[in-house]
Amino acid sequence: MRIDSRAAYESFRDEAKAGLAARKKEVLVCCGTGCLANGSAGVAEAFGKELAARGLSVEVGTFTKKTGCHGFCERGPLVVVQPEGILYTQVKPRDVAEICDKTIANGEVIPRLLYKNPADKKKVERYGDVPFYKHQTRIAMRNIGKIDPTDLGDAIAHEAYAGLVRALTELTPEQVIKEVETAGLRGRGGAGFVTARKWKSCRAAHGDRKFVLCNGDEGDPGAFKDRSIMEGDPHSVLEGMVIGAFAVGAHEGFIYVRDEYPLAVVNLTIAMEQARKAGLLGTNILGTGFDFDLRISRGGGAFVCGESSALMRSIEGKVGEPRQKYVHATDKGLFDLPTVLNNVETWADVGAILHRGGAWFASLGTAKSKGTKAFSLVGKVKNTGLIELPMGMTLRQIVYDIGGGILGDRPFKAVQTGGPSGGCVPESLLDLPVDFEKLTEAGSMMGSGGMIVMDDRTCMVDVARYFLKFLSEESCGKCVPCREGLHQMLVMFDALVAGKGSPGDLERIEELAAGMQLGSLCELGKSAPNPVVSTLRYFRPEYEAHIHAQTCPAGMCRDLTAYEIVPEGCDGCHLCFKACPTEAITGEVKKTHLILQEKCISCGACYDVCPTQSIRFFPKHERTVA
Amino acid sequence: MSTRQLTANSRQSTAHPKTVTMTIDGKAVRVSEGASVLDAARQAGVHIPTLCHHEALEAWGGCRLCVVDVTRQGWDGWCKLVVSCMYAAEDGLIVLTDTDRVKLTRKVVLDLLLARCPETPLIQELASRHGIDRTSYQANPEPTDCILCGLCTRVCDHIGVSAISTVDRGIGKQVAPPFHQAPPDCIGCLACAEICPTSCIPYETSDTRRVIWEKSFEMVRCPQCGRAHITQEQARHYAGRGGVPASYFDTCDACKRRQLASTFTKLQVVQGGAR
Ligand SMILES: Cc1cc2nc3c(=O)[nH]c(=O)nc-3n(C[C@H](O)[C@H](O)[C@H](O)COP(=O)(O)O)c2cc1C
Ligand code: SF4
Ligand code: SF4
Ligand code: FES
Repeated sequence: MRIDSRAAYESFRDEAKAGLAARKKEVLVCCGTGCLANGSAGVAEAFGKELAARGLSVEVGTFTKKTGCHGFCERGPLVVVQPEGILYTQVKPRDVAEICDKTIANGEVIPRLLYKNPADKKKVERYGDVPFYKHQTRIAMRNIGKIDPTDLGDAIAHEAYAGLVRALTELTPEQVIKEVETAGLRGRGGAGFVTARKWKSCRAAHGDRKFVLCNGDEGDPGAFKDRSIMEGDPHSVLEGMVIGAFAVGAHEGFIYVRDEYPLAVVNLTIAMEQARKAGLLGTNILGTGFDFDLRISRGGGAFVCGESSALMRSIEGKVGEPRQKYVHATDKGLFDLPTVLNNVETWADVGAILHRGGAWFASLGTAKSKGTKAFSLVGKVKNTGLIELPMGMTLRQIVYDIGGGILGDRPFKAVQTGGPSGGCVPESLLDLPVDFEKLTEAGSMMGSGGMIVMDDRTCMVDVARYFLKFLSEESCGKCVPCREGLHQMLVMFDALVAGKGSPGDLERIEELAAGMQLGSLCELGKSAPNPVVSTLRYFRPEYEAHIHAQTCPAGMCRDLTAYEIVPEGCDGCHLCFKACPTEAITGEVKKTHLILQEKCISCGACYDVCPTQSIRFFPKHERTVA
Repeated sequence: MSTRQLTANSRQSTAHPKTVTMTIDGKAVRVSEGASVLDAARQAGVHIPTLCHHEALEAWGGCRLCVVDVTRQGWDGWCKLVVSCMYAAEDGLIVLTDTDRVKLTRKVVLDLLLARCPETPLIQELASRHGIDRTSYQANPEPTDCILCGLCTRVCDHIGVSAISTVDRGIGKQVAPPFHQAPPDCIGCLACAEICPTSCIPYETSDTRRVIWEKSFEMVRCPQCGRAHITQEQARHYAGRGGVPASYFDTCDACKRRQLASTFTKLQVVQGGAR
């Protein structure tokens, strides 16, 4: 059925809503990539069978979301029973019969399947009461987890395309841009460029043929917000793009999807077909005479393909290498024609802004960073996962309230933000309100929203080395400062973590970092020194300890660290004995244990398992080997 | 041929090309619209070092040696570091080729290239001219002469052959034929070897045979002077592009010129006699 007018949309939506309301109960089974890997497909199937066998009039909705979106990566598959909003974690197919009999038929909660808050060890019944959710505000991810991404009716019942209807039937392109300007929307893919300004230049650019593109390359290791959006609510991306196309006067577009995201491609393709049939994409959209169609382009497989000019080359079918450009893509982009490129999350925000108004969006956030931002919270925190927060929330709130604090209640050391070319923010800045400006001032960046929490057992030199290694493997190799600079930087860092640094290294590193920032062709090389520069800024003594004392203060660099058992504390529990991969520990149960230094490889496995904290690390050069 | 990615608009093709006036290190210079800052600097006699630039090819911006600072009146002293080979000359542009940032960038680039190519005379000389006699970094344990300027692959693309390309990324990047095997598309023209600034593409050529990229070619001998001047593949390739029979290329350029010159002289003699 084609929705060919505003009235048609409204009646379609009202009908879909009534259909939803008529359902007494709804079981949402997470079928994102992560939960699927944990067996959620079997759980969904079991629900289908068990419910049918009982003749229960329940709809089984499946929602698609990667594990971790609920904050409990290790606790999938997740099941939510609506309308109560009861959340069950780690559900197995064999639990399904019990859920049907108790919870669905009798409204009884099964304590065994509930989530236990690590902070107070209490079980939490309701989805919305889990601390991880309580502090979140979801705009870009508004419908993820609520809708079946392959069901257009379900999406529309949740207001999908309401923003598009308003834009196309009530506003002029200029008014649409004005609304996005009022919202203060800035790009969610990296640089935080003002979206309305980009759209304005593209609208003003000469030419009849223009493009709008969606950047779904998401190459940052560990990031999965864009994937969650494309998988879990593909209509939000389509809606944003049609609005953007209308605003700039484009009739063609591409969604560039990372090659490793097959489910995103499937769900986007289904959504596009449904939207076309419904008259929300393609020709004569909503009966207004506006035409716009989209194609999916599969990513080139390299991190740098997410960079604007490389992405456009890749869509053109050429090698995805960046090009030096002193002309904006809004004038000369894809095929040298005026082009707007925005990130998945940026596009997902657009529909909500047009629906609820720019002023509403701008009422959230800080002075210059409006609205909400998605982050993937990972590392040494108790709750990890994908979150969306109003801009301006402090790092402390994120780490402690949402993340539930540091694993094992160890001391917090730093949080790395902004992806591989971001920076590390130290403990002294825990009260930093997170927005574009504040993160940049702190020597880090928003990037695409990665947040890696680090505890005291993290060596900052090694952290910088880790990112350098990633980037050196991803440098396209076109320009000298990035290709040769990353290689040489990594050579120097390999020496540092091995205790082979020499005086003058830090100055050499700083000069090279400056040269790369100034001279590199694209942002990859320009921003590659960030992890180095920011750790040098806040943790310089740690570098100096590696160079001058051949010591790793965090006790993580294996070449510099040795372990020993403090006899007074050891109660002979034997756990370390079992944990050691090289049989370097001797000792009988209930007797004091000993580490044989010549066999020890300094992996720290014993240190992590010792329940009495009787294992200590010390500089390797102080050790005496028998 | 349009050689740069600039905003050069079509007005250029009118009889009086537009010109722009700018200053480079204080010297005023006027160039036609569409020129690059590097072109302008060369015209003004200001030296800017380059490694990946060639007049005959589209600018590429890979070596980063040609960086300069640009600013304008009204930018409040704010400067932008750009590669001069790709930045378009504009009216009122103020170009500075010797700022601290320019010097630092050049130094780091040359220092890094010297580490990559510790035994390459071109790089040694260039580095030494910028005050670097030894690299600050780890010298390549497997020295190479290839600076990855991309001139060879770009010239090969330019003549419409594209037999070689760069493969891999990062520090592992290298110039190679497909699958590291004798390139099927190569016509043996030697353009890559001749454009290479460090002469690091090996080849052999003799009266009968030419070998490059491990591919052997039969030579065409000039019927006039007997010199083996071209490969059969080259003759076929040029013929295909120019719409003339391959035999047109049998005679070498030198003999063709000589022929032309003598025809021309005869003509002039005839004309002169008629007057
Ligand atoms: C090396 C590199 C990788 C990038 N990868 C991505 C990416 O995966 N996704 C993305 O949206 N932007 C990425 N960007 C940023 C894009 O170039 C571009 O700024 C962005 O897509 C614009 O959209 P926005 O204004 O909505 O943020 C990357 C940039 C660089 C330099
Ligand atoms: S900065 Fe790095 S990724 Fe970008 S063009 Fe240069 S070598 Fe390629
Ligand atoms: S072989 Fe020569 S021309 Fe080709 S990239 Fe290397 S240095 Fe440049
Ligand atoms: S000559 Fe301009 S970047 Fe190489």
